[in-house]
Amino acid sequence: MSSSIKHPALSDIFNKDEARVNWHDDTLWWIRAKRDKVAHGISEWEILRETASQIKNNVLSNLHDYLMVFEANAQTNGIKVHWAANAEEHNKIVLSLLQSKGINQMVKSKSMLTEECHLNEYLERNGVDVIDSDLGERIVQLAKEPPSHIVLPCIHKKKGEIGQIFHEHLGTEAGVSDPQILTETARIHLRETFLTRRSALTGVNFAIAETGEFVVCTNEGNADMGAHLAEIHIASMGIEKLIPKKKHLSVFLRLLTRSATGQPITTYSSHFKKPRKGQEMHVILVDNGRSVQLGREDFRNSLKCIRCGACMNTCPVYRRSGGHSYHYAIAGPIGAILAPNLNMKEYSDLPFASTLCGSCTNVCPVKIDIHDQLYKWRQVIVKGGYTSTAKTVAMKVMEFTLSSSTRFKLAGKIGRWTLKNAPFTVNNQLNLWFKNREMPEAPKESFSEWYKKNNK
Amino acid sequence: MSRAAILSAILNNQPKQISLPKDLQFDLPAGAAVTEKFIQMVNLIGGRVVEIQRVEDINLYASEHFGAGERLVTPIEELDFYTPFTGEELPHQFVNTEFAVFETHFAVAENGAVWITEDRMGARVLPFICQHLGMLVSEENIVSNMHEAYNWIGNADYGFGTFIAGPSKTADIEQSLVLGAHGARSMTIFLLKNTF
Amino acid sequence: MKVGLFVPCYIDQFYPNAAIATLNLLKKLGVDVYYPLNQTCCGQPMANSGYEHLTKNCNSLFIQNFAGFDYIVSPSGSCVLHIKDHLHDDQREQDARNIRHKVYELVEFLTDVLKVENITASFPYKVGLHQSCHGQRGLHLSSMTELVDVPFSKPMQLLNQVKGLEIIELTRPDECCGFGGTFCVAEEAVSAKMGKDRVEDHLMNGAEFITAADMSCLMHMEGILKRKNSQVKVLHIAEILNAE
Repeated sequence: MSSSIKHPALSDIFNKDEARVNWHDDTLWWIRAKRDKVAHGISEWEILRETASQIKNNVLSNLHDYLMVFEANAQTNGIKVHWAANAEEHNKIVLSLLQSKGINQMVKSKSMLTEECHLNEYLERNGVDVIDSDLGERIVQLAKEPPSHIVLPCIHKKKGEIGQIFHEHLGTEAGVSDPQILTETARIHLRETFLTRRSALTGVNFAIAETGEFVVCTNEGNADMGAHLAEIHIASMGIEKLIPKKKHLSVFLRLLTRSATGQPITTYSSHFKKPRKGQEMHVILVDNGRSVQLGREDFRNSLKCIRCGACMNTCPVYRRSGGHSYHYAIAGPIGAILAPNLNMKEYSDLPFASTLCGSCTNVCPVKIDIHDQLYKWRQVIVKGGYTSTAKTVAMKVMEFTLSSSTRFKLAGKIGRWTLKNAPFTVNNQLNLWFKNREMPEAPKESFSEWYKKNNK
Repeated sequence: MSRAAILSAILNNQPKQISLPKDLQFDLPAGAAVTEKFIQMVNLIGGRVVEIQRVEDINLYASEHFGAGERLVTPIEELDFYTPFTGEELPHQFVNTEFAVFETHFAVAENGAVWITEDRMGARVLPFICQHLGMLVSEENIVSNMHEAYNWIGNADYGFGTFIAGPSKTADIEQSLVLGAHGARSMTIFLLKNTF
Repeated sequence: MKVGLFVPCYIDQFYPNAAIATLNLLKKLGVDVYYPLNQTCCGQPMANSGYEHLTKNCNSLFIQNFAGFDYIVSPSGSCVLHIKDHLHDDQREQDARNIRHKVYELVEFLTDVLKVENITASFPYKVGLHQSCHGQRGLHLSSMTELVDVPFSKPMQLLNQVKGLEIIELTRPDECCGFGGTFCVAEEAVSAKMGKDRVEDHLMNGAEFITAADMSCLMHMEGILKRKNSQVKVLHIAEILNAE
């Protein structure tokens, strides 16, 4: 989604319906609370986070070798390995694999990478019908919207709206919004899809260098239903999804779903090592900016992300601005530190969509210093010239004022005088503070004035 | 060729070697406490546990819960509805499977998951496509946590293996939990008790 | 022990009472405290907006004002955290490093350096404690709900010593108020909504006063309270700890 409308404006629109913001906020907070509850049930939780972080640090420092080892082992297992430098190459590889078998229909389980690459749009333009099989993804696909959350794609939709979509597209009765009935409808509709699609694409949660296998985690079973029925299984993965050894899965599988939804583990954690008899299995290793991010010392450890979404659920901004306000495939704090790497101009607003409260950093199961990176991206974006001139001028004026105590005191006097004697100059709709908040009351003297009088 | 370009960019940009952490070691509970935790977790994740004394007890459960016209499938030879597999079956033909039962390698107490590999599935799709799923777990094969689980798996080879924890589920519609998304609608653990 | 009092710019201009209470409290506790008159600002408003490169003069001025003290104490966790994380000066890096290590937020100075165990203050009201993020997650003034950790709270440790004070429980004990520096105007819609929600939690749970170790959060919440015509007031923690 390319858009010139930035996060503040999109959030403003989202906040027009306050009841809905409350509902969105409460829903996600509830998930954060579930995460807290299970995390607090594991006494070694912080040790697990530290261990996961260290394993991922090791991965990033050996990525070159691990990728080669993975490739060799996967090939030995009978998996075909492809390399894509960017989104376009990835999409072309998928298309050519389908075309080589004369396939024009595909079923796809959740893969944020394919959202990042805009695969669906590409395939549709090239005559391939794609059906997303994760329930939430299917819902937003039918609604012609991108997912608003990496784990909970339609968390922004109310069941009544989903019922309406199902009524229009899947023939449920008008007015039906019971999640049980809607899910059952989707189950029947997608069973038909699974049985008739010859190709399935899945994401990858973890790929293991040591064994050349990859792991896909779902609750719905949609990745398995797609992959085990299709004659060609394509798994798309970012190059950072590697882990060194199979035993390291123990650490990550303990953290992933507890962090994501507060479940002890996903219903299915499927280890794909070899294609089944008569099946083709392909892995596409995608760079798309990751090797560049690896070279950015301040930002490389964003590549440790295991896509649990905990930072979104905890983020007080995300909960009140909605996933679409980030206008990028990955929303929330993690999206805000990944997106500028791909397009600094387009996503220059995202690192500023945070109060730097730091909650994200402390829920992150692999200990990415998310809020520190947000701060650092701000510096990079300003230096790169991606902020408005008005803001730069304002900051220079501020600097000029604050770097001298004489100028500061004078400005303070003027400010307080204005608040007292001409409040209408600030208490108006041009002052964004005043829109929802009263200005502080101006005291008759500043602390320094008081101090001079009282501490001779 | 992108492969070379990607690898060379990575080699240039990756940080200095950082070593792997030590494996985690825990003092783990054993015996009845582990079984109890496992049962508790299975119930929590929407599964149920049926304790049995011998594998054949599953026959009784099956006859009580499923009708004569319903398709029951299992690769477990001791069971009345044992189904021989050639490995050549078209996976699609299992679509009308009402109930399928498999013998797991082991179960995990901390999350209620069971580990099963392809050689015990008959067909890869079967544990997912069946409407109701049964999993045979021997009580002596319950490990405490995922670290033990991967120690157990070790270097075992398989084409496909999976941890399954409960029935398939989704909460994508307003976070309302619904069992039976795309995989099995229910999961029953047949817990084969230790006989001393 | 010579202590320099660092009064952040907006406290100096808008909340002198918080600074006065800090000064008087420190004096009451026998601290030899000085207020360097030429101080202005820590530079955080620029730095958090992406203009850290414009803070050089603020940094030099800060060092000029505070290099000579054994400790620097301030009634603002956020500004203290900024100094701790970002104070640098090519000309006086050693001084900058020293300051980064001896700058304290007031509460932690009381609990960790002075080890205050008997506050002689009385404040017979229901008080909601707002955990300011930079103090809590940055300076570790208290444990946070995200971490699996032994719970502790330095502000609570002090408030518990105040006679008559009743702490109210919050539904969300440590959610951000949405101030965030320039965030409060750059992201007006979300910022204001966060502020409203935070205030609502205190109101719903019966607070008569809202306190914090950071005046900026309180300034934000005060703006919301006043717009609602609420009778609930904000007070910096120093004002409560100094209340007779």
